[in-house]
Amino acid sequence: MSGDSALERLKREGRIVVVGASLAGLRAAETMREKGFAGSLTMIGDEPYEPYDRPPLSKQVLLGKATADRTALPRRRDIDAKWRLGVPATGLDMTARRVKLADGDEVEYDRLLIATGVRARPWPNEEEAALEGVFTLRTRDDGAALERRLAAGPRRVLVIGAGFTGSEIASACRERDLPVTVAERGAGPLVGALGGVIGEVAAGMHRDNGVDLRTGVMVTGLEGDSSGQVRAAHLSDGSLVEADVVIVSLGAQRNTDWLAGSGLGAGPRGIACDAGCRAFNIWGIVTDDVFVAGDVARSPHALFGYQFLSLEHWGNAVAQAETAAHNMLSEGVDRRPHVWIPAFWSSQFGVNIKSVGVPSMGNEILITQGSRDERRFVGVYGYQGRVIGAVTFDQCRWLDFYEQQIEHTAPFPLPFTTVDRRSEGNKPLDADFPDPSVPTHGPTITLSGYSPADRQMTFTPAHN
Amino acid sequence: MRLVVDLNRCQGYAQCAFLAPDVFAMHGDESLLYNPQPDEEHRENVVRAVHACPVRAILLDAMNGSLSSAEARGER
Ligand SMILES: Cc1cc2nc3c(=O)[nH]c(=O)nc-3n(C[C@H](O)[C@H](O)[C@H](O)COP(=O)(O)OP(=O)(O)OC[C@H]3O[C@@H](n4cnc5c(N)ncnc54)[C@H](O)[C@@H]3O)c2cc1C
Ligand code: SF4
Repeated sequence: MSGDSALERLKREGRIVVVGASLAGLRAAETMREKGFAGSLTMIGDEPYEPYDRPPLSKQVLLGKATADRTALPRRRDIDAKWRLGVPATGLDMTARRVKLADGDEVEYDRLLIATGVRARPWPNEEEAALEGVFTLRTRDDGAALERRLAAGPRRVLVIGAGFTGSEIASACRERDLPVTVAERGAGPLVGALGGVIGEVAAGMHRDNGVDLRTGVMVTGLEGDSSGQVRAAHLSDGSLVEADVVIVSLGAQRNTDWLAGSGLGAGPRGIACDAGCRAFNIWGIVTDDVFVAGDVARSPHALFGYQFLSLEHWGNAVAQAETAAHNMLSEGVDRRPHVWIPAFWSSQFGVNIKSVGVPSMGNEILITQGSRDERRFVGVYGYQGRVIGAVTFDQCRWLDFYEQQIEHTAPFPLPFTTVDRRSEGNKPLDADFPDPSVPTHGPTITLSGYSPADRQMTFTPAHN
Repeated sequence: MRLVVDLNRCQGYAQCAFLAPDVFAMHGDESLLYNPQPDEEHRENVVRAVHACPVRAILLDAMNGSLSSAEARGER
């Protein structure tokens, strides 16, 4: 047939495989069908469940207002896929274009989308992690098990790590009237994502709501009783916290282990890809048939100096999946870049926290509206004289405005006066981010490129 | 019936909580909590909420039911 291009053939009878059957995987699959992909579509997921939504797990579910088995994601349309659920992908052969599965099967593809996300970082001591009553929270099963334990009325809950998830868990515990201790290595909750100025506000929220917040300490060990039930935790300041539920909330690890040796540019920081979601191989050469999206991806962003951003944000997973799907079914100039402005929300202690841009890239913060004491304000982050991010506490309607400022690289501090500017908003403060070499946690942003100004690396080519 | 709210988009206007109070509720001044899988009897109210949301943040299932077990086993 004349004019039957490879692309048309792909759309008509090609084989597309998606590894990671969650938010990004599902939205990509829907988009591919919307764009007229009529070939075979295989969805591979290691969890036995169809795609479900995670944010409610640390909110509605822990509050007992929704159950973990009822957060399945709505479908925008039928995707007519072969579902391989409950079986992990274990390997990738890029030459033969084949995905290997744990049950020995192999699935061939013409185009592959990797959307394997992240998993909760486990408690480093395996024996202690295995104690009864020690939890992490990432999956539907985690959410169900933890909710059951909280409903049973533990004597005290210990949350290790006060990133977004840890803080939301502490908030849910207090709402259920459970005694809770939070241990955080940093100077305050959320400092990795939003800096110390905001961390101080967050610390006030914990304490006013009756959380026993311990900052600047590390949990050094967990202790069980004779039946293997966790009983207490030892802290680096020498204190002991007696708790029968311990939730390890130390951030996430990228699910890239299964790609070891595949030749793909995948590692602990995720899978590097170009702005069009095409994965890099280990030589930094872009592949044309392997795409990535969601939490596992790491992609350069024009607005942020082409630094590589890894985002653990719901909205990014959706937007990147749609772009990846579009590009998987397009050629050349029809492909589009993923230039999403990072954005996320959190809800804790009855306060709606939202952010846009990359606050952690900023070094100064200006409270442009409202006040920190009222926990109702807008904080704007500045980086080298421009607006780079913003955070709102119960002021979400202003976020669009600040997003525009970020997009237009508006000067920082913002020259205009706003409707609710208080005296504390007259002068930028040091945003007070911890030393970037200290790892932090929370659904946030990791910058993993080098700024040209940094001059951190010297590359000496081999002469042969 | 399944639904999800894009809370990046949601501006806490509470239209949904007004129209379908059994499914959507405000938590504090601005945070929205919702039941992601409400019973069918609430459909009419939920549909009204979907249309009333000024920022179109609520996504409601276009499909009924879940995967058939045959589908889940990969036999389709
Ligand atoms: C408790 C909690 C609360 C959150 N709250 C918020 C929030 O308030 N706001 C916000 O913006 N974001 C929030 N997030 C983050 C948001 O849920 C993620 O950004 C989103 O789920 C990313 O989607 P994804 O599809 O990229 O990855 P995931 O949802 O992680 O899905 C990846 C899937 O791939 C599977 N998989 C992994 N390896 C393999 C393999 N080898 N083979 C087959 N399958 C594999 C995984 O099991 C998983 O099912 C929250 C996350 C959690 C856990
Ligand atoms: S109507 Fe829309 S914007 Fe208002 S609270 Fe509900 S979802 Fe949010």
